[in-house]
Amino acid sequence: MSSAHTLQGFKRDGRIAIVGASLAGLRAAEALRGEGFTGSLTMIGDELGEPYDRPPLSKQVLTGWVPTDGTKLPRRRDIDAQWLLGVPASGLDLATNHVHLADGNEVAFDRVLISTGVRARPWPVEAEASLDGVFVVRTRGDADGLQQALAAGPSRVLIIGAGFTGSEIASICRERDISVTVAELGPAPLVGALGAMIGDVAADMQRAHGVDLRCGVKVTQLEGDAQGRLCRAHFSDGSTVDADVAVVALGGIRNTDWLQDSGLAVGVWGIACDSGCRAFDLNGLVTDDVFVAGDVARCPHPVYEYRFISLEHWANAVEQADIAAHNMVNAQADRWPHLAIPAFWSIQFGVNIKSVGVPTFADEVVVTQGSVPDHRFVAAYGYQGRVTAAVSFNNAKWLDHYRKLIETAAPFPPPCPTPDQPVDAKPVPVDFPGPVLLSQGATVVVTGHDPSERHVTAVRTHR
Amino acid sequence: MSETSTLHRILDYSARADPYPLYAELRKTPVALQEDGSYVISTYREITDILHNPHLSSDVRNLSRPTPAAERRDTPSFINIDPPEHDRLRRLAMRHFGPPCTPGLVTGMQPQLTEIVSSLIDDFANTQLVDIVDDFAYPFPVTVICHLLGVPRDDEPRFHQWVNAIIDSLDYDPKTDPPEKLNLGAQATDDLHQYLGGLLEPRHDRPGDDLLSRLANDDGPDGRMTDEEIISTANLLLIAGHETTVNLITNGMLTLLRHPHVLQRLRDEPDLIVRLVEELLRYEPPVHIVPWRAAYSDITIADTVIPKGSQIMLMLASGSRDPDRFDDPDRFDPDRQDNQHLGFGSGIHLCFGGPLARLETQIALSELVRRLDRPRLVTDPPPYRPSPVLRGPIHLHIEQS
Repeated sequence: MSSAHTLQGFKRDGRIAIVGASLAGLRAAEALRGEGFTGSLTMIGDELGEPYDRPPLSKQVLTGWVPTDGTKLPRRRDIDAQWLLGVPASGLDLATNHVHLADGNEVAFDRVLISTGVRARPWPVEAEASLDGVFVVRTRGDADGLQQALAAGPSRVLIIGAGFTGSEIASICRERDISVTVAELGPAPLVGALGAMIGDVAADMQRAHGVDLRCGVKVTQLEGDAQGRLCRAHFSDGSTVDADVAVVALGGIRNTDWLQDSGLAVGVWGIACDSGCRAFDLNGLVTDDVFVAGDVARCPHPVYEYRFISLEHWANAVEQADIAAHNMVNAQADRWPHLAIPAFWSIQFGVNIKSVGVPTFADEVVVTQGSVPDHRFVAAYGYQGRVTAAVSFNNAKWLDHYRKLIETAAPFPPPCPTPDQPVDAKPVPVDFPGPVLLSQGATVVVTGHDPSERHVTAVRTHR
Repeated sequence: MSETSTLHRILDYSARADPYPLYAELRKTPVALQEDGSYVISTYREITDILHNPHLSSDVRNLSRPTPAAERRDTPSFINIDPPEHDRLRRLAMRHFGPPCTPGLVTGMQPQLTEIVSSLIDDFANTQLVDIVDDFAYPFPVTVICHLLGVPRDDEPRFHQWVNAIIDSLDYDPKTDPPEKLNLGAQATDDLHQYLGGLLEPRHDRPGDDLLSRLANDDGPDGRMTDEEIISTANLLLIAGHETTVNLITNGMLTLLRHPHVLQRLRDEPDLIVRLVEELLRYEPPVHIVPWRAAYSDITIADTVIPKGSQIMLMLASGSRDPDRFDDPDRFDPDRQDNQHLGFGSGIHLCFGGPLARLETQIALSELVRRLDRPRLVTDPPPYRPSPVLRGPIHLHIEQS
């Protein structure tokens, strides 16, 4: 599709397939129409029903405030697409440009966008995972089931994994006055994403709200009663907890299984692509007609030494979808790079947590504003003397400033005092545990340089 | 022409009707050092950057040379202080005004706002000559803010004078203005505080629905404001509720009368009002200038180092007309996309009453356009209030059939 003539023809009546009909897929479809693509658009998704928003599923939906069917994503324009929902894609044939579906059908395309996202990592023992009362939370159906179980007034809820999802659900349980035990293999909640200092704050918050938080332990067995209902959990330290609901919050698995034979650079951290969202093949060569966006994409970022980064952030899905869509219908010279600085938010135990940058790409962290004991502060992360990330607790309005510091490689620690000066403003080592020590997966992963790397560590420190 | 004189020409009354060409001149130097050592920032990105910069202070005590017009009270309102105190006071006030504690308050006022608007329009519906300011845009928000705070509407003539004197003293310039202007402002500040104190006193231990009663009897997780803090907060909200929305509504009517095709569109598509008010907040905002902020430590912005203690003036209305941020910025376009204007500021001091001002203006303009019969401007430009900071017509005479 090199000549302008061919590109115009493609924009007019080409065929685009989007595999994965959630946030990234829908936003890309809208952006394609916004770019003037008038050809055929096919949306392929394994879930039935219209695309919906996932962040509320571990928040407002679980309090019972928002019904699950109230989370449909707003439509910004009519996308005039053919929707193939309820059947997952099973393969991608790049020799003939076809997507194969699990029901045997196939969809021909000129260009394809892969936005298949992530699924919840299930409890590894199938018989225990199928006990009544054992949940994961990724889909609308999952959240509906858990909401009903919480509304039924369980005697105790066990959360396995204290990442963002697990911590948010623990917070909802306390809000609903339900006893809750949180089990985390690492030394503290959120530690895999934000490091030891913030992990300690998160642990304080959980305990102050009456969470029975147990760190450094592994759940070894989920025990059911005669009726197949969860009744007890066994821990690696020999202790047990009686609980009738368990939430398995062990992070996600990227939905790339269907691409194993595609010849693309596929690994546990997703599909490697360039910063213009074009997928790499196994040899590390960039493809022309295969694009990737959202949680399943793994993309090099210039600010982070061009290392490949995998992000499970709402804003990343939106921004990357726009970039992918633009580049799918524009010539090489007009292509855009995806250079947005990552950002995410969480709400738990009455605290708004927000982050910019990549906190796992850091060696030191310093509190720059506010007060840690009061759970209102900003902490900046630094890597070899420059700012690479910041995290705020109930101080989100300052983060634009830190985004700018990250973009301009400003010196770390940031030098000048602010009116809301913390008592102790000395940098400390950021201290991320290795991936083996985390029960939940990290939501931001720096995965090194190799586009087809299959076995990588979560954080690589270059010194 | 030096930048200093550009700013002085903007502050001069002769520029009130149309300061926008001067803003364009000012934007040639995004961060402009003035003769007196202060800095004027006039471009969109530099303004939003500095409003999110934690080294920018709103506390007069951080100026190396305090401004004469700066608030002298021991307990400034939260607009003039920094975190953590700012955050605590604003949170305590927001508990009774918006989410998360009082999410439905503003939306719930809709019927009442519509009723006030309808009754004001009833009064001049059959009159040929109408002053949009005196007959409508002033009494409407004043009635609303009085009701919300628990200030008797009948006292309006008293505090109206005080508020005017305070607003006049905001842009006091020792070189050109008589000292009385400042003294009158100071006296009015004292009088208004005393007046609000008198309203607060009987509300202790008497729970009620108005904001003064709620603040006086609050028992939230942050505790209760002191009486001085309540008075400062009420003072701020009374002045802000008084002197800003009136300009937004009046500027809105003026802009619609200058753009008859948009006025006609609004008649045909009432839903246009939401985007139209946003565009108005960009195109003819009620607050043009944040007259002063202070550099708490050295601030680098657009390659300029602003030294610690410097006074910084932010030209919000200029930022909202910056062609580097908004396409064709001098065009009034209610269909504008990505319209992140500076009409309510940005950052932690983002307008507290913004949601109410939006709704008031949406209802006010919708009803005016629906009910006025072929309205025409009598004079264009209309006469303006003195202030370059809170800018708007002092009268807006229109004729209807």
